[in-house]
Amino acid sequence: MQWLHKDLLDVSQLSRSEVMSLFETARHFQEINERPVKKVPTLRGRSVVLFFAEPSTRTKTSFDVAGKRLSADTFSLAKSSSSLTKGETLKDTALTLQAMAPDAIVIRHWCSGAARFMADLLDCSIINAGDGRHAHPTQALLDGFTLYQEWGDLSGKTVLILGDVTHSRVARSNVILLNKMGARVRICAPRTLLPRTVKSWRAEVFHDLDEAVRDVDAVMCLRLQLERQKQGLLPDLREYASTYGLSARHLEKASRDVRVLHPGPMNRGVEIASDLADADCSLVLDQVANGVSMRMALLFQYMTRKGGEE
Amino acid sequence: MSRMDLLVRRAMFEGREVDVIVNEGRIVEIRDCSAEIDLEEFEQVEDAYGLQLMASMTDVHVHLREPGFEYKEDIRSGLGAAAWGGFGNVLCMANTSPVNDSASVTEAMQEKANIYWPEGPRLFPIGALTKGLKGDELAPVAELRDAGCVAVSNDGVPVKNTDLFRKAMDYAANFGMTVIDHCEDPYMAVGVGVNEGEVSDRLGLAGQPDVAEALQVSRDVLLAEYLDIPIHLAHVSCEKAVEIIRQAKARGVKVTAETCPHYLLLTDEWLAEPENEYSAMGKVNPPLRTERDRQAMIAALNDGTIDFLATDHAPHGMHEKEVEMDVAPCGISGLDTALAATWALVQDGTLSREAFDRAWVTGPAQTFGLPVNRFQPGDTADFFLFDPEEEWVVGPGTMHSKGKNTPLAGTTLKGRVKTHFLAGKKIV
Repeated sequence: MQWLHKDLLDVSQLSRSEVMSLFETARHFQEINERPVKKVPTLRGRSVVLFFAEPSTRTKTSFDVAGKRLSADTFSLAKSSSSLTKGETLKDTALTLQAMAPDAIVIRHWCSGAARFMADLLDCSIINAGDGRHAHPTQALLDGFTLYQEWGDLSGKTVLILGDVTHSRVARSNVILLNKMGARVRICAPRTLLPRTVKSWRAEVFHDLDEAVRDVDAVMCLRLQLERQKQGLLPDLREYASTYGLSARHLEKASRDVRVLHPGPMNRGVEIASDLADADCSLVLDQVANGVSMRMALLFQYMTRKGGEE
Repeated sequence: MSRMDLLVRRAMFEGREVDVIVNEGRIVEIRDCSAEIDLEEFEQVEDAYGLQLMASMTDVHVHLREPGFEYKEDIRSGLGAAAWGGFGNVLCMANTSPVNDSASVTEAMQEKANIYWPEGPRLFPIGALTKGLKGDELAPVAELRDAGCVAVSNDGVPVKNTDLFRKAMDYAANFGMTVIDHCEDPYMAVGVGVNEGEVSDRLGLAGQPDVAEALQVSRDVLLAEYLDIPIHLAHVSCEKAVEIIRQAKARGVKVTAETCPHYLLLTDEWLAEPENEYSAMGKVNPPLRTERDRQAMIAALNDGTIDFLATDHAPHGMHEKEVEMDVAPCGISGLDTALAATWALVQDGTLSREAFDRAWVTGPAQTFGLPVNRFQPGDTADFFLFDPEEEWVVGPGTMHSKGKNTPLAGTTLKGRVKTHFLAGKKIV
């Protein structure tokens, strides 16, 4: 498939067939990750800047590994080591990076819209690795790919997204992607952790986990930021864990082959019971592995595209 | 017979062509245009053929940024934008650096205005309500009044302590100073200048709920009623607040309220349009609301629930707006565009002409006791000549304010001020 998009800002800009194409490309690259020598020359001579203005372990490492396995040169820039800490604006940082002529910039930023801001400014491809609470398209794609690998087809499946939806870019992108791929989406959280207009989203909304989990085919747990308690969004972690923490008991009501996902990092014993995170039904480590394959697919598509505009 | 100061010839006024005679700064007569007039009887003659005669406007909510932030705007440039924007009277807010909480700051502002614009636009500073706008101690209201302030306000930093706010209203009333309040519950309004709703949820931005504004409006209305003291509510933006004000007015509460052109023109959907997504040019406090709110503001201005308009002119450096939404300052530069943008609403029937005149001329002047020109003999000759047909594109080349931060940038507006007279003297 000829790839016409310059940037990846969110999954909403991708068609279903483009998502399927990414799944297929990721599956192809998955084989490379299983070889003794995990490297191909596909992107030799191309350079990717990993600009992470917000802390990240798995996404950044995943992109780094993905780039290196395709022989791209990857350069890391964190907020702490960038001029942003000296008061430089994002615009000037972006223009400075562009002057070094990268082929793509992967950006993680704490502000919603930061990836769009970069994309409007720069000629190279911008890949959004998470902007504020807005979008995390690569996570949604790797989640979708993981379920696709399990099921072959997401149509007709029911996926529950559980936890702090208000502050979650993962949830926003996954609601869009799962719907696009034909899945039914449920959302469950206390009202304090749901956006006010969540009822207008393409998802069924629940406040009771026992109800929400009934007959679902997969549960995506979201990480709870522990400081939410201080913001008055919940009384304490103990109560949250007992009312919204996913445990094996809840899964008895779910589909027999239910799968559990978590984008990480996990708060074991808070949003997910520790034994469940390690159980057979858990796809947490598959997500990590598939993350590399999906990001290889993305870097390949965006860095070898033949011009064209979105 | 001694010569009169000024004759404005052939201006369009209330659908007819008129001559305006001005002497000693006041309107002498407006009469149907006559071919026989003896031009020798006038010191100065201004040909206004094809131009509309309009009363100078008053803007009660302007940030002139001087002292302290002259790179955004200064009194010279701000009053220039006012003069070209059709404004003869300008009230400037106290959030300068230092804050306008002492006579020396007030006097310094006036001195600058007198140096650069001796004939006007007239500058009327608004003093701080609390020292340093910190919300802890009352500012010296008597001193500020004596120095020339016409009202007091804590500007964009609402006083959290309701008891202190009550005392501030009481104290200011001693000196005939109306309190202007920026209405938002400061604990609840923690968003980034976008309305809490579908747009903020979709874009993943922390929104400000309209109820945060309505709560503070309720508080202020109840206090004004309890104390029987006037209060003026700044830049009201939502239907909920309008309803509370409407009910309060029906009870006889001494509440007046303003809204701004941008709340009549735009909604939060502007921020979600593909070409504007996340553009901080639309980041303003209170935020752009929904279409339902926009319609409510128009209706309230037409029926008088909202007494008048103000620009909330908030100029910023472009580098401050060309950043991520979360970190950009709130504000829209409004003095240059307010007239043409709201005149368009009259032209398309959205606003009545009566509401327009009340919004920009009589309403604000009456509320703050400023000169007003109704074109009656003896009125101060404050007016401008307006070309309603001239089209112009909003942008750096056409704006007089240093602040080019406006969501209207790039749009074509119709109508330009060609000449502006204050007390019979040409200021531009």
